Amino acid sequence: MSATSRIDAATPERSAPAGVPRLDVDPFSTEFFEDPHRIHDVLREAGPAVWLEKWGVYGVARYAEVHAVLNDPLTFCSSRGVGLSDFAKEKPWRPQSIILEADPPAHTRTRAVLAQVLSPTAMKQVREHFTAMAAAKVDELLARGRFDAVADLAEAYPLSVFPDAMGLKQEGRENLLPYASLVFNAFGPPNQLRQEAIERSAPHQAYVAAQCQRENLAPGGFGACIHARADAGDITAEEAPLLVRSLLSAGLDTTVNGIGAAMYCLARFPDQLARLRSDPTLARNAFEEAIRFESPVQTFFRTTTREVELAGHRIGEGEKVLMFLGAANRDPRRWENPDRYDITRRTSGHVGFGSGIHMCVGQLLARLEGEVMLAAIARKVASIEISGPVKRRYNNTLRGLESLPITISPA
Amino acid sequence: MPSITFVHPDGRAQRIDASDGESAMQAATRHDVGGILAECGGNAMCATCHVYVDEGWLARLPAMGDDEDALLDGAAAERRANSRLSCQIKLAADLDGLVLNLPDRQL
Repeated sequence: MSATSRIDAATPERSAPAGVPRLDVDPFSTEFFEDPHRIHDVLREAGPAVWLEKWGVYGVARYAEVHAVLNDPLTFCSSRGVGLSDFAKEKPWRPQSIILEADPPAHTRTRAVLAQVLSPTAMKQVREHFTAMAAAKVDELLARGRFDAVADLAEAYPLSVFPDAMGLKQEGRENLLPYASLVFNAFGPPNQLRQEAIERSAPHQAYVAAQCQRENLAPGGFGACIHARADAGDITAEEAPLLVRSLLSAGLDTTVNGIGAAMYCLARFPDQLARLRSDPTLARNAFEEAIRFESPVQTFFRTTTREVELAGHRIGEGEKVLMFLGAANRDPRRWENPDRYDITRRTSGHVGFGSGIHMCVGQLLARLEGEVMLAAIARKVASIEISGPVKRRYNNTLRGLESLPITISPA
Repeated sequence: MPSITFVHPDGRAQRIDASDGESAMQAATRHDVGGILAECGGNAMCATCHVYVDEGWLARLPAMGDDEDALLDGAAAERRANSRLSCQIKLAADLDGLVLNLPDRQL
């Protein structure tokens, strides 16, 4: 692999400027994955900006600072990578993304293409089919009664709609989730999760690279729509496959963990399921609140392009800043009763999809999938009970479960 | 401090105090004006803070960007000549008295 460790002997010892609270927590450790909330609280209370000694980076965990960093993309850039690896110093593990890992003005052009492919108008066209597929999935699961809400629902439903909507071939789809898992592990530090994911990545990378090519994408799908924008001259023919790759990287595992988060919430908080059943129009907000509450995408980095003042501290150029989206989404400075899952909450402003110019370009697709699935559950399911051991899945960026055995009963 | 009015589809008028520099959407969210969802939080990405600007005010608003223009085509309620996204209407003293009509739905 190309990435070198930041903690190897060649790396000089780096330390925080005076006054910045220093913490030795590792946000990419099993301990953290098992219970991020306690450590999020420590991070938030330590100060508006902290120094994480383990990886030699700044961290922000309060809502105000996370929001500010997200919304100042010229100072806190993405083109040097949104993981720990600094592309100015290390070669990216895969060809750099031309949207996620780009700054204006280059980003503006590619972003416009994906925003149009995934626009409200485009969502209207797939909505009916996505709704019918969600209803069919819930019917199928009601017939089974007991199942794993991760594999059989949170993964199975997006897998039943997203690859078709993209226009992917049937063969090889089993590579999609491992590829996404790899991408999100690779934003993390050179720990075991990242190293192993990259070591095993070759077949998944080869699959994705091939599916990004025009001849492998069915007409009418999101993939073909991206290539059509190359004909229109909005992007080059070389850029189109890279934008398809962005959707294949970020369009599936994210919704899997979003829907998984919503299921885990409804299973744990039966009063909220009852509320949802009494008013199925709350489905969309119930999904949104699950995104705030669990923050399936936990973290992203930015890199400073100049010396900057952040929360009263001078930060030099070329520093990595880690944004704790999950901590911001439960910051008591911003949210009333932040640790309560409340499907009637006004969720607008949460940073579970990010904020600013890089805010999730597929957010409408994610909301559509989440809404129609929860609406089907609201109409058809009377109860959800956890009926086996809940197991967490470990990933450097994504928060979700490996297994959630549940039993449901029909309404 | 500009004061603006949201008119609900049933004709009910809701007058709220806004702060200079915030958007009409932010003011609505802060005062819990139902009918403004603002799912994307003000990033011009979701078209769920759609409003119909009251006659006379349209020309006084900041010009529409390409993002907003494209999003309005996909808004849930009918797009009209006076359609805007309230997250793109930045408020200042000169917009004191602005009247925004709410569509019957945002989704």
